[in-house]
Amino acid sequence: MKLDIRMPMGVMFVLVGAILTVFGLATSSDVALYRKSLGLNINLIWGIVLLVIGVVMVILARRAMRRSLDTTPPSREGKNEQSGVS
Amino acid sequence: MRIELHGIDYLILCVYFAFVLGIGWTLKRYIKTGGDFFLAGRSIPAWIAGLAFISANLGAQEVIGMSACGAKYGIMTCHFYWVGAIPAMAFVGIFMMPFYYGSRARSVPEYLKLRYDEKTRGFNAISFAVMTVFSSGISMYALAKLFEILLGWNFHFSVFISGVIVLAYIFLGGLTSAIYNEVLQFFLIVLGFLPLVLLGLKDVGGWQGLVHRLSDVSVSRGFAPGTFTHSWAQTGSATANPMGVEWFGVVFGLGFVLSFGYWCTDFLVVQRAMAANSMSAARRTPLIAAIPKMMFPALVILPGLIAISMHYQTKGAFLPMENGEPNYNMAMPVMLAHYYPAGMLGLGLTALMASFMSGMAGNVTAFNTVWTYDIYQSYIKPGQSDRHYLRMGHATTVVGIVLSAVCAYAATRFNNILDFLQLVFAFVNAPLFATFMLGMFWRRATGHGAFFGLLSGTIAAALHHGLTIPHAALVNAAGALKLTVPDDMLSKTPELVAKAAGIHGGWLGSIVHTYPSDMAQNFWTAIFAWTVCFVATILISLATSANKTDDQLKGLVYSLTPKIKDHDVPWYKQPATLGVIVIVGAIILNIIFW
Repeated sequence: MKLDIRMPMGVMFVLVGAILTVFGLATSSDVALYRKSLGLNINLIWGIVLLVIGVVMVILARRAMRRSLDTTPPSREGKNEQSGVS
Repeated sequence: MRIELHGIDYLILCVYFAFVLGIGWTLKRYIKTGGDFFLAGRSIPAWIAGLAFISANLGAQEVIGMSACGAKYGIMTCHFYWVGAIPAMAFVGIFMMPFYYGSRARSVPEYLKLRYDEKTRGFNAISFAVMTVFSSGISMYALAKLFEILLGWNFHFSVFISGVIVLAYIFLGGLTSAIYNEVLQFFLIVLGFLPLVLLGLKDVGGWQGLVHRLSDVSVSRGFAPGTFTHSWAQTGSATANPMGVEWFGVVFGLGFVLSFGYWCTDFLVVQRAMAANSMSAARRTPLIAAIPKMMFPALVILPGLIAISMHYQTKGAFLPMENGEPNYNMAMPVMLAHYYPAGMLGLGLTALMASFMSGMAGNVTAFNTVWTYDIYQSYIKPGQSDRHYLRMGHATTVVGIVLSAVCAYAATRFNNILDFLQLVFAFVNAPLFATFMLGMFWRRATGHGAFFGLLSGTIAAALHHGLTIPHAALVNAAGALKLTVPDDMLSKTPELVAKAAGIHGGWLGSIVHTYPSDMAQNFWTAIFAWTVCFVATILISLATSANKTDDQLKGLVYSLTPKIKDHDVPWYKQPATLGVIVIVGAIILNIIFW
């Protein structure tokens, strides 16, 4: 079937999350940089949040993909909607 | 003000661009027919269509504009959501979608042709096509201008890069690609701005701290202390709140006419629901969209509130000043620059970029379909093969982007011309909801009634605008002419009226009424236009004979369409259930922030 949008979306957030996390770790001792964000290492915190969201999206997409492979013939409308595959 | 970007910020921006293009590229092989390109093959699941439904509207106007309004008018700005958008979205999902989706019309103008006649469709198609190109151009202009001020990016470069990327992903994947990217943009916008709100709230001492600070803002502006944090409390009279409107204008003008007019008849958003994979999914689309939409004030209005409280606390050193007033449009960019360090700043700017691009793409895909099906296929070259129209769709994408860029450049030279055109479109759009409402719920409405009703509504809007003026325009004119005139004599001084006349109204030479704000004037223009269109359509319809038989109107008019049974979907997925949830949610929010 067509592309499950959660897959590219998930991968993108994993990637951006990883970039922010690594950057956050590398700059964790940089007090001047984080003065703006009230002393919080927002890159590290939000990087991890994005990573988790991205991973969840990828897992959901993979599960839906496997389910649509298992069920032959292609399921009816209600099923498709739940799995998010178009 | 200038923001310094680092390598890491550019890296995040590039990742986003790569994925946007990648999605278009992946979808390319699924685009085989005109239906795939223009209607996404009617195969989109409800939740995707729902997120695209709000994302297409979540352009720069919303992110920049709503935070600006938040800073200027306070929590009353939420009326655009909790009185405006939400009830209208519930209405389009429950009552109107059965006719749009069920009639198998491929566009909103095409519905008008099926329901009324050719001339009503032509009028709507042409005005809509011109409007989308201009809106897309305005998005492009705003993006290029903002990035020029903020990042020092070259204006031509911004126009070029945003144009090329939007062009590429629509050209490759058509409406499906636009919709999928809108979902991506939706998540990016939410995840990009959410930490900003959290940091801002933490800084001002949480919600309680913000309420406290905003009461100082309200008092210093000459209003009651709670004005900025109550949405209804000060709407008893138009002079008691910064928006300058009273409750009737809000409920009828904004809530009923403007919002229903936009969400129920604008093909840009309706197209997303029409691409859904079933009638029940199409009806759920706006309802699913309404749930996050309800929460958006926290994302786009709250930063404006925080910005204005910071502005007062720093004694006017937060927002840049312009002509002695804070430049409210900079509220969101200033907040980004203030709270985000390198890294997050890249994410924030990417989210901003995404909001501009989703606004552009939404307009371009709507333009594509209306041009190809409603203008080209109907009036220029009917009866060609599907391949021919698919090729036309590709070509139109290029033309649409090029025209947008032309508009963006026109805006740099003739800023007033674009304002003027937007005004004209407001005149055309305001009465449109009356035409649709009568068309869907009154079978006796005729083609002549619809067309001439629409025309008289448009003229009524223009006349009302020409005969009224917002107070501030007269004050500015007095300032420019260095005249001191008492307040109640302002509108009776001919030289002032002549000086103030133009884009703000009053161009018919004499002023019948002065509104406290241009917002109030807009709401009342819409109310007049709708009422005139409604009455004129009824009268002309009664005077003319019906041009469609009951049989032809089956599936297009409420009383002639078999009721839809939702028994095949579980109760929690039924439009009526979702509609009730959404409306109750909006009522609760109105009460909390009363």
